[in-house]
Amino acid sequence: MNTRVLPAGDSAWLVELPERIDPEVNARAIEIARAVERSALPVIDVVVGYRTVMVFVDPLADGADRAGQTLESIAASAAPTADAAGAVVDVPVCYDEPYGPDLADVAAFGSCSEGEAIAMHLAREYRVFVVGFVPGFAYMASVDPRIAAPRRSTPRVKVPAGSVAVAAGQTGIYPAPTPGGWHLIGRCPVRPYDPDRTEPFLFRAGDRVRFHRVSAEEYRASTQWGDA
Amino acid sequence: MRLIVIKPGMLTTVQDLGRRGYRGVGVPVSGPMDVYSHRLANLAVGNPPMAAALEITILGPELEADGDVVCAVAGAEFEVRAGDELVPLNAPFAVKSGRRIRFGARRRGARATLAVRGGFDLPTILGSRATHLVSQMGRALKAGDALHVGTERADGAGGAAPIPLALPDGGARVRVLPAVHRERFTGEAWKRLTNERYVVTPQSNRMGYRLEGPALAHAGAADILSEAMPVGVIQVPASGQPILLMAECATTGGYATIANVITADLPVAGQLAPGDWIEFAPCTRDEALTALRGREAALKGERA
Repeated sequence: MNTRVLPAGDSAWLVELPERIDPEVNARAIEIARAVERSALPVIDVVVGYRTVMVFVDPLADGADRAGQTLESIAASAAPTADAAGAVVDVPVCYDEPYGPDLADVAAFGSCSEGEAIAMHLAREYRVFVVGFVPGFAYMASVDPRIAAPRRSTPRVKVPAGSVAVAAGQTGIYPAPTPGGWHLIGRCPVRPYDPDRTEPFLFRAGDRVRFHRVSAEEYRASTQWGDA
Repeated sequence: MRLIVIKPGMLTTVQDLGRRGYRGVGVPVSGPMDVYSHRLANLAVGNPPMAAALEITILGPELEADGDVVCAVAGAEFEVRAGDELVPLNAPFAVKSGRRIRFGARRRGARATLAVRGGFDLPTILGSRATHLVSQMGRALKAGDALHVGTERADGAGGAAPIPLALPDGGARVRVLPAVHRERFTGEAWKRLTNERYVVTPQSNRMGYRLEGPALAHAGAADILSEAMPVGVIQVPASGQPILLMAECATTGGYATIANVITADLPVAGQLAPGDWIEFAPCTRDEALTALRGREAALKGERA
């Protein structure tokens, strides 16, 4: 796979892979990221993008001056790892009122009923390509093209935490009340990031995610957001 | 020992050197906008560099000592009083129990660090006490908050007095390296960025500075597939108006980036306020690393 290593400022390096949304490319990025974490480089953070790996180093530490060459050899030789395949995560979603205020817009985009839009969202298994933006936010793809509406023309100032959203072929769950331009089609009762949980983060890059539908009653009985 | 917040000021937050090791799951580093002055204030009171201190923004707070404490203020030049007495900046001063620390007029710079000997003993989140407002990790201080003083001590005795940061006065020229998406912009865009002056707009905060100035044209699309964004990178949405990402920026982004402000100059950028100008001077990787070593030396009191 075509690979290029570039400096990203004076304290990070970027490994670039072919520019497309492709599970194989993303899996290769994860393999390289794992190999970097196991290496002797003075690494502070490793962040997987759709088709990139950014490696943050302490530029004054021993070995930092050779980081570029080291990364090139790691990128060329990183072996496949078992965890690049990712875990399977099953996530409950309530699509009932009032949790999916943009469901009608998404259905209109797909010229289908709201029920059909929900069925399309439920039918696929999604890959977590990137975790970023805010703690625990997973960029998942690919959504059925019939409901792959572009971002809202005006983003919301505050999206309720737990909102399940779609935009431009991606889907995700807002882990905190933040501004957001995606279409809200449901609500997830489980927190993607919970500092008090043994494993605070629900998603890692490479995970495979399935959604299953719960009723408003089940949502209120299980919500971790204090909105029962 | 505690410091009680009487008036919080415009935006006062607890910061340490930030969260490390969690950017891969979307957790921003956060930490101070001016890392250099944070370290200097901690050094001045005998704390380790990571100790939690207060970042004070533009309008300073009023705090009351509950127990005798030793503090130091570095970064932006404020008139600071302990009780009725004016205290020196970049040096330790004692505050008797019941006395108040008041921040008055600000002469230069936008953000000051107030360190207390022993550090602020707040619970850590993912190994750090750094406030990250958007993630609701910590929050802006409010009147009535009581901050407990901890027992952190630096190893070894202090050396020579560190050299304070040269503060911007109305604006600053910072050095840049070409970013990973440099080739997604026209040559003219790079020329403009490195020759023209930009202004920090009021839509600027700890996450980033929205800049206003000559538009930077993309050679192709402005959007990229989401990838990691380092602090100090300049991203450019389709409007062509650059955004300089600062301490509290999100871990990933979707706009092409044209340049990275070098790490050694980020503290200077962190001292800019809305309305200030900023200029970008290209430099080499070697110059960037030499400048960073120069900062380390300056913390030990050595002039470059």
